[in-house]
Amino acid sequence: MERVISERVYVWQLPVRLYHWINALCVAALAVTGYLIGRPLAVQSAAEASYSYWFGQIRFIHFVAAFIFFFNFLFRIYWGFAGNKFAQWRNFIIHRKSQVQEAVDVLKIDILQTQSKPLESVGHNSLAGFTYFITFLVFLFQCITGFGMYAAMSDSWLPHMFAWIVPLMGGDFAVRQWHHVMMWFFIIFSIIHVYLVFYHDYVEGRGIISSMAGGWKFIEKKK
Amino acid sequence: MNENPVTYWDEMKRHGYSRRDFLKFCTWMTAFIGVEASGVGKVVKAMETKPRIPVVWFHFQECTCCSESFIRSSHPIVADVILDKISLDYTETLQAAAGKQAEEALHSTMKKYKGEYLMLVEGSIPTEEDGVYCCIGGRTALDIVQEAAQNAKAIIAWGSCASNGCIQSSKPNPTGATPIHKIISGKPIINVPGCPPIAEVMAGTIVHLLAFDRIPQLDGLGRPKAFYSRRVHDTCYRRPNYDAGLFVNAFDDENAKRGYCLYKMGCRGPVTYNSCAVIKWNNGVSYPIQSGHGCIGCSEAHFWDNGPFYQHLASFPGFGIETTADNIGVVVGAATVAGVAAHAISTNIRKRKLIKEGIENGSVTEKKGGE
Ligand code: HEM
Ligand code: SF4
Repeated sequence: MERVISERVYVWQLPVRLYHWINALCVAALAVTGYLIGRPLAVQSAAEASYSYWFGQIRFIHFVAAFIFFFNFLFRIYWGFAGNKFAQWRNFIIHRKSQVQEAVDVLKIDILQTQSKPLESVGHNSLAGFTYFITFLVFLFQCITGFGMYAAMSDSWLPHMFAWIVPLMGGDFAVRQWHHVMMWFFIIFSIIHVYLVFYHDYVEGRGIISSMAGGWKFIEKKK
Repeated sequence: MNENPVTYWDEMKRHGYSRRDFLKFCTWMTAFIGVEASGVGKVVKAMETKPRIPVVWFHFQECTCCSESFIRSSHPIVADVILDKISLDYTETLQAAAGKQAEEALHSTMKKYKGEYLMLVEGSIPTEEDGVYCCIGGRTALDIVQEAAQNAKAIIAWGSCASNGCIQSSKPNPTGATPIHKIISGKPIINVPGCPPIAEVMAGTIVHLLAFDRIPQLDGLGRPKAFYSRRVHDTCYRRPNYDAGLFVNAFDDENAKRGYCLYKMGCRGPVTYNSCAVIKWNNGVSYPIQSGHGCIGCSEAHFWDNGPFYQHLASFPGFGIETTADNIGVVVGAATVAGVAAHAISTNIRKRKLIKEGIENGSVTEKKGGE
């Protein structure tokens, strides 16, 4: 058997990498502060209310992170049209036969752990791309429900663009409830996502972990 | 009566109210309906000159708490004048007439004031089994509502039953209880939810119609903005404790005695639009939170299904009553971590074998130290 010769491919452009890490930080901040909003710490205290504002601050962080998260997300959608071929929106929707085949191959690699031949895709494999598409839908849901709730405490037009979700879902309670439930999607997604990146790095040896920092992947050179 | 219509002011005089009482009442009402001070004159003028609005008030699937609230309005004029003495042409609970007489009163009002009368509905309307779950005088509520709505000037849905279904429509809703706005279309409908609504809110809605001859500004759910545009939470006097993170953790703890925020006790103030914290109840004496109990969100749709009341998160559909999304999330999260760990172990075992094979057949290079 021959030696594998690798070649360097520039996959993730700087905007994609920046988007990724800003998004990761925002999601972490939103999940932590969101959890605390839903289940505040039990403090027994004799303090005067005028003395502190920690819960207000937690909410403030949630809202600041929410705005960054939202605009970052909008930027990524734009980059899905403006970016290189690995960033294009087509990667996120399974629409070709070869993508279906690849998704099956990925399942074989990930779950059955049987296949070990290298994947066609250099950027997102088709199954990963599709999972990210699902997360985009959840991002959208969190933004709509979040801003829908925020509209009740704001005069600005942006949150009010989403106020229609409240009557649609039957009231603020339901909006809040589902906004809370979806937090768990982010937590569980993050566990699996981080693990799978490590796993693919390990079994494929293409440098997928560092690719989100430097942008390069190493693929098997075709002869 | 048609030549010289009786006005509200006439009627108040007849009841012995002084001019001063009358003006006080008008000023007070103007403030409630959210009109600026210069609007007082308009309200006074309307009460002096406009003939009373003929009113028919229906009672369907309800407990009459809306009527009870209304007649306990902090201002006696509301009950005396707007409600039972002069305005009401038909209402099952308060009218003297009964049986055939009552039905006649209803029909003559609807005929005489075609297109002018105000239709007030208290209670939801059952729709299952052709609506047999609520019949009056041998006719279903559904039938009655449809007939009366045809020539009504406007419809006011009193209380949560008529505006969003309230307890009758909570799961599994055996009678198919339906709020009025889902049955009638093409008529202005004002939803005044609450179980019951605050008396002043009810009176204010009527006075607005009377003084300005049009329905008040409504929000996306058809509620008068003057009373339902803010959450109880936004006007709650315990709000500073919320912002400071000072919460009651149990009804008998020190924090409860100190009057901290009831958020963790399941207070629905943050998701409930109503004026309780501003107008309050029983002549402005108190409201639930002031009395130490969280808001249960009685003016919001499905508030019965969003329980338990003493928990911030509702129980997750399909699981036990104590199980929230967080309980489920923790279990699924732990299962995921366990799955990932198992996967990592099996990967390592397999990969080690592969690397070994690779080194043996030369496809993987292993750098030895010092080479
Ligand atoms: C990763 C995305 C997000 C997660 C995981 C998340 C999580 C949460 C959680 C768990 C809660 C507590 C709900 C409860 O009361 O039980 C919450 C509240 C809230 N979130 Fe988010 N959220 C996210 C994004 C957003 C966005 C984009 C907005 C947009 C403004 C937003 C606005 C809000 C608002 C307004 C509240 C209610 C806070 C209050 O009234 O005190 N969230 N969030
Ligand atoms: S008691 Fe209820 S309404 Fe008042 S501040 Fe606390 S959560 Fe909000």
